[in-house]
Amino acid sequence: MKPYDIVIIGGGAAGLAALKGAYDKSLNICLIERDKTLGGILKQCIHNGFGLHHYNEELTGPEYAERGIEEVLGLNVDIFTDTTVVDVVKENGTFELMLMNTKKGEHRIKAISTIISSGCYERTRGAIQLPGDRPAGIMPAGSAQRHLNIDGYMVGKKVFILGSGDIGLIMARRMTLEGAEVLGVAELMPHSNGLTRNIVQCLHDFDIPLYLSHTISDIKGKSVLESITISEVDENFDYIEGTEKTFEVDTLLLSVGLIPDINMFDSLKFEVSKKTGGAIVDQTYQTSVEGLFACGNALHVHDLVDFVTEESTKAGQQAKAYILNNKKRSKNTLYVTPSSNISYILPQTLDMDDDFNEVVLSLRTTTNALTGKFHVYQGETLLFSEKAKFVVPAEMEKIKIKKEHLKHSGPISILFEVVSQ
Amino acid sequence: MKKEMICIVCPVGCHVSIDTKTHEVQNNKCKRGERYAKKELLNPTRMLTTTVNIDSIHQRRLPVKTTDAIPKEKLFDLMDLLESVEIKIPVNLGDVILSNVFDTGVDVVATMSLKD
Repeated sequence: MKPYDIVIIGGGAAGLAALKGAYDKSLNICLIERDKTLGGILKQCIHNGFGLHHYNEELTGPEYAERGIEEVLGLNVDIFTDTTVVDVVKENGTFELMLMNTKKGEHRIKAISTIISSGCYERTRGAIQLPGDRPAGIMPAGSAQRHLNIDGYMVGKKVFILGSGDIGLIMARRMTLEGAEVLGVAELMPHSNGLTRNIVQCLHDFDIPLYLSHTISDIKGKSVLESITISEVDENFDYIEGTEKTFEVDTLLLSVGLIPDINMFDSLKFEVSKKTGGAIVDQTYQTSVEGLFACGNALHVHDLVDFVTEESTKAGQQAKAYILNNKKRSKNTLYVTPSSNISYILPQTLDMDDDFNEVVLSLRTTTNALTGKFHVYQGETLLFSEKAKFVVPAEMEKIKIKKEHLKHSGPISILFEVVSQ
Repeated sequence: MKKEMICIVCPVGCHVSIDTKTHEVQNNKCKRGERYAKKELLNPTRMLTTTVNIDSIHQRRLPVKTTDAIPKEKLFDLMDLLESVEIKIPVNLGDVILSNVFDTGVDVVATMSLKD
C-alpha cells in the first residue's frame, strides 16, 4: 500500500487545526481519532470562554469543536474514528503505524510524515502520592466532567476538590449546579492557578471555600470514600500539625495537572523535555525524529484552545512544506534555554537553515510579577529586553525573535527579572 | 454594611468593597471597578451552560447555553426547569430548547449538533 504523505494522530482541537494547515490537494492525508466522533476534550467542556482570540467571539467548547470540524469535513482526506494507535516505528525513512479498531482489528498504515496531536492525560492520585486508604470515589476532574456532561452520570453527592486549576474550579460549579454539595477546594500553592474570573464565578458565587497552602493528608473509606482530611502546609510543603480539617465526602476530584499523552510513540525514541513532558521541537514543530511533528497539548499544556489552534495550524503547514519541498533535516541547530525565573521555552531549538524571518517563543515564568522584564541573551550578549505586566506562571508569555537579531551561533537564553510583585 | 468582592474586569483583580446602603465603592483602581461592584451588588447576572437529556447513540446529554446572562438568583430555577427536558435527534447547534425563560427575553439553545 502506498504510504500516506501525512498522518495526524488525534482529532481534537490540535489535530483539526493541523489537518487544516497541512491540507493540500496534491497530498494524501489521514487523521486518526480514538473516540467515535471528532472534537476531543472540547466536547465535554460545555462552559464558555473559548474562541475569543481565534474567532473573536465567546463560544462553548462544543461550539468551538463544531467550527473546527466543519472546516475540515469537506476536505478530501481519510478520517478514521474509533481507531487507536498502538505503536509507531520508523523504518527506511517511512513511519509504520500499528492501529486497532473493532472492525479491522490490528492493521497497519504507512506515512512519510506524522503529526502528534494526541493531547494530554490527567495526573492521578498515584502520580501525586496521596496518602491513606484507596477506596472508590477518587477520580481526575476531567474524567468526572466526561461522565457528567457526555455520559450523563452524576459521580457523587458530597464532593471535595484537590487543585485549583481551571478544570477543578469549573467542576466545582458544575457539580453544584447539578445538585451536589461541594465542600471545598484545596490548593497546595499559596495562590490559585485558575483565572480570577473562575475563582469568582465558580467558587464565590456558590460560597465554596478555597483552602490555599493546603493538601490532602488522609483519606478514609473501606470500599467507597467516606472522608478526607486536609492540612495546611509550610513553605517546604510539609504538613503543619494541628491544622487538620476533616470532610465527610463520597467523591474527591483531582485537578492536579496534565501530562502529554505520547506513550504510543515510545518506539520512535525522540527527545522529550523533562519540563513539558512533550517532545523537544524546533520552530517548525519538528521533533528530533525527521518527519515527526508535534503540536497542541501533546507538545505542552496550553492555557487557551485558541493558542492550540494557532500552533497546530502552523505545525500542519510545516509538515506540508516538509513533504512538498522534500526538506532534509539541517545540522545547523541553535539551542534556546530557560534561565532565571523561566520554567520552559518552546521551541527548544532553532533550525538556522530554515527560511524564517522571526520566531515566536512561548514561555512560562516560575514566579508572579505585577511588572517585570524579559532579557534575551545570545551567549553573553544581551540581544534585547522587553517589559511585561501581570505575569503569572499559569499564563503563557510570548516573545518574538527576528533572525536579524541573532549575532552568532551561540545558544539563546531568556531570563525574567521581577520589577514589582 | 460592606460587601467585599474581587473585580474581574481586568487582570489586576482589585479587591473592592461596596457599601450595601450608600453604594459607595472603595479600593478600586479605576472607574470600571466601581461599575462592576454596583452591578454585582444590585443586579448580578450570569450565563448558564449545562446539559439536557437526548436520545443520541453517541451521548446521553446535549450541551446547552443561555443566549445571554440571566439574573444570578435564577440559575438553580433554570436548572430545575431543564431537568424535565427531553430532546430528540436530529438537533442543530443554535436550536432553541427553551424560549424566553422567566420572561427575560433569553433563550436556551443547543451548543452541539447531533444527527444520530
